[in-house]
Amino acid sequence: MTSTAVIEGAGLSQTFGRTRALDDVSLAIEPGRCLGLVGRNGAGKSTIVSILTGLRRPDAGHVLLSGEPAPPVGDPAAWRRKVACVYQHSMLVPTLTVAENMFLNRQPRRRWGVISPAAMRTEAAKVLADWGVELDVTALAGAISVEQRQIVEIARALSAGTRCLILDEPTAALERAAVSRLFDRIRPLLSAGVGILYISHHLEEVYEICDEVTVLRDGRHVVTAPVGEIGQDELVAAMVGAADAADVHATTIDAAPTDDPTAEPVLSVRELTAVDGRGSVSGVSLDVRPGECVGLLGLAGSGTTTLADAVAGLVRARSGQIVVAGRVVPPGRPDVALHRGVGYVPEDRHDRGYVPLLGVADNVTMTINDRLTRYGVLAPARHRAAARELAGRLDVVSAGTGQPVGELSGGNQQKVVVARALARDPKVVVAVGPTQGVDVASKRSLLGALEQARDGGAGVLLVSDDLADLAIANRIVVLVRGGVFAEFTEPPWDRERLIAAAEGLASAAPSSTVDKQDGPQAGTEGEAQQ
Amino acid sequence: MSDTTVEPALVSAGARRGAAVNLIQQFALIPVIVILCVVGAFVSDSFLTLTNLANVGQQISALGVVVVAETLILITGSMDLSLQSNYGLSAMVAAWLVAPAASSGLGVEINPLLGLLAGLIVGGLIGLFNGALIVKAKINGFILTLAMYILLAGVQTGIVSGHTVGSLPKSFIALGSFYFADIPISVWVAAVIFVIAGLYLRYTRTGRSLYAIGGNREAARAAGIKVDRIRIGVFIVGGGLAALGGLMEAGRVVAVTANQGTNLIFTVFAAAVIGGVSLNGGRGNMLGAATGVVLLGLVQNLLALAQVQSYWIDAVDGAVILVALALSRLVGGERSSE
Repeated sequence: MTSTAVIEGAGLSQTFGRTRALDDVSLAIEPGRCLGLVGRNGAGKSTIVSILTGLRRPDAGHVLLSGEPAPPVGDPAAWRRKVACVYQHSMLVPTLTVAENMFLNRQPRRRWGVISPAAMRTEAAKVLADWGVELDVTALAGAISVEQRQIVEIARALSAGTRCLILDEPTAALERAAVSRLFDRIRPLLSAGVGILYISHHLEEVYEICDEVTVLRDGRHVVTAPVGEIGQDELVAAMVGAADAADVHATTIDAAPTDDPTAEPVLSVRELTAVDGRGSVSGVSLDVRPGECVGLLGLAGSGTTTLADAVAGLVRARSGQIVVAGRVVPPGRPDVALHRGVGYVPEDRHDRGYVPLLGVADNVTMTINDRLTRYGVLAPARHRAAARELAGRLDVVSAGTGQPVGELSGGNQQKVVVARALARDPKVVVAVGPTQGVDVASKRSLLGALEQARDGGAGVLLVSDDLADLAIANRIVVLVRGGVFAEFTEPPWDRERLIAAAEGLASAAPSSTVDKQDGPQAGTEGEAQQ
Repeated sequence: MSDTTVEPALVSAGARRGAAVNLIQQFALIPVIVILCVVGAFVSDSFLTLTNLANVGQQISALGVVVVAETLILITGSMDLSLQSNYGLSAMVAAWLVAPAASSGLGVEINPLLGLLAGLIVGGLIGLFNGALIVKAKINGFILTLAMYILLAGVQTGIVSGHTVGSLPKSFIALGSFYFADIPISVWVAAVIFVIAGLYLRYTRTGRSLYAIGGNREAARAAGIKVDRIRIGVFIVGGGLAALGGLMEAGRVVAVTANQGTNLIFTVFAAAVIGGVSLNGGRGNMLGAATGVVLLGLVQNLLALAQVQSYWIDAVDGAVILVALALSRLVGGERSSE
């Protein structure tokens, strides 16, 4: 490896307790190149990021920045001038403006250390304008969208003179179009000689933006290859390992539809109108029959999440009806929805999915506590048995059902959330992005559990941006700006057409189902600002 | 395929609205204060006189200095309940060293100016102690400062066996009792402290970093801000300011009682929150805090002038704080769910 690399990690090893998190891993990024880093949860990606950004000192090995030894671990300011990381979770201060965030702790100063807010705003606006971004630098960082926050974080790194960017799952919270826009912004940086380490669970993104890809497994380096020379199957096999590889291919894309088209719908949404910050819906009707999985696809703000939340009772509908198993559910009553048989997997597991300090058992049985009590007192034996059964159903890996869920890996946390949703044997399962940010193997068991519920006669409403998830759908409904735009009824699904339909391209939709009334005018333009 | 989507304007209406709300919030209490003054003029002829207003100013200036201290600490996302006991104990120690034994002093009768300095040092040391334990030993700030609140108040009573320390020399009480240009010195001092703190927060890197620390501590650390050092520093400054407030109060009443400071902290929090300072950190400014202090001071003065029965003053006071909080929430202040 040459010393021209903007960043180079050589022989990095790190041990936590008895876990070998990183074992003699080396990587280097040349100027203008983008290296993809993939691996399942626990493969060592986070550890390597914290070492490469100077937050952690490796047990062995060293880091070179532009050929020079890295600054000491205790000097974050020196690291930030050389390498910057954009995390999945925003590292901006929500109560400060965009300009302040960009120049945090390095504001332009005049005499006596007095900072000049005006000079700072001008400078920030200039950095953004040079990069072709239009954004009000006086807006509070807490008030701009996730996409804009990432732009600001990258701009901050660039204005500090950073030549090495680490993007740690930057697209996890972004819709498809925003991902394309992000890539459009990243490409000129690559041409200008910035080196990028790109970490993602979405392999197709790695193929789209990266020159090379490195696979980690169990803390070890498995393979590094140009993306043109390694197929997606090979990549997955490298991530999962030889033993599990067969399992990955076991489930094929076109699962046979098992539903009975004449059956009464178990969930019926009628002319639903609901307003929410994350996208509103107007006049949407939708049926889900027992044993059927309906995929709901749409961009952020298209109303897919709002529709799901309304069915779960978490968003109060303005008008329209939600009927579960023949009975109308009063709007805005999650408790009633639950008891009528709606199981719910929320979009953000950290916010609404689980209680981090409570154990696995308490979390998975949260929805069925009423069944585990006698005269209002919890029956411990029944509680334990139920918890063990539920955790087992999704193979939650934990040190015991008493282990706090906050300590589990992302994939296992999500399994807990899904187990909780399935605990009551719901008639309707509403799942929003159930596999977001989890590794390949966890994805399988999560989707498997939903499939099982479907085959057991439940109706599943699956909201997902991940087209691989929609493989278990019998039917896909596409929402555009709060209305049903298209419906796909015959698998297998054509990715390109699905994406195009979600973007609102009429040509992509099956011609008979385009809803002319809900054209892309029904404005939810200023959506999702909080 | 994304070529066909029009890129949404990156400037959002929501962000603009946020900025506007911010501005309204900063000045929201000023009209309320004006209305209060008009009402006051009708309630009592003596309300809008220089004498009365100077009197109000003198009463609230000590409170104001403690509000500055608490605001700085709140902005960094911490809190300090022991400021009230610090306010009592530091003044007590200073007076105790200065006053003659006959007036419950220690009897060493040190130079009054050295006494004032000793008070400030005691305040700063208490702040250092709190800050070090909260930041370095990671003890929960609420519980730690609650314990300190009780402990320090006990020491304050203990060292003088519950007596009041009096017979304080002129140079000791000048801070609270003397006038400059017809306005009490304590008002000048408080005003200068508000202005300096306001400028510091607005125009210096460390001042801005207080907001960053309170708004997102990890982001602040990642930006190279020395988070721990600054947080401890804020506790020290806060402790020193609380001590200064206590010395101003001692000068005003020309004595230090064993219970100086009792119940002060509730008013301090009320003034800060009414003034738009967030209890969750990262939000608030000195203009808001100052208007909060003035508002509470005027209300208390009005209640006295309106001759509300003294048994009811606390109840009315509490109700006024409640209404003020509701009002400031209406114009976009502290949100409970953040």
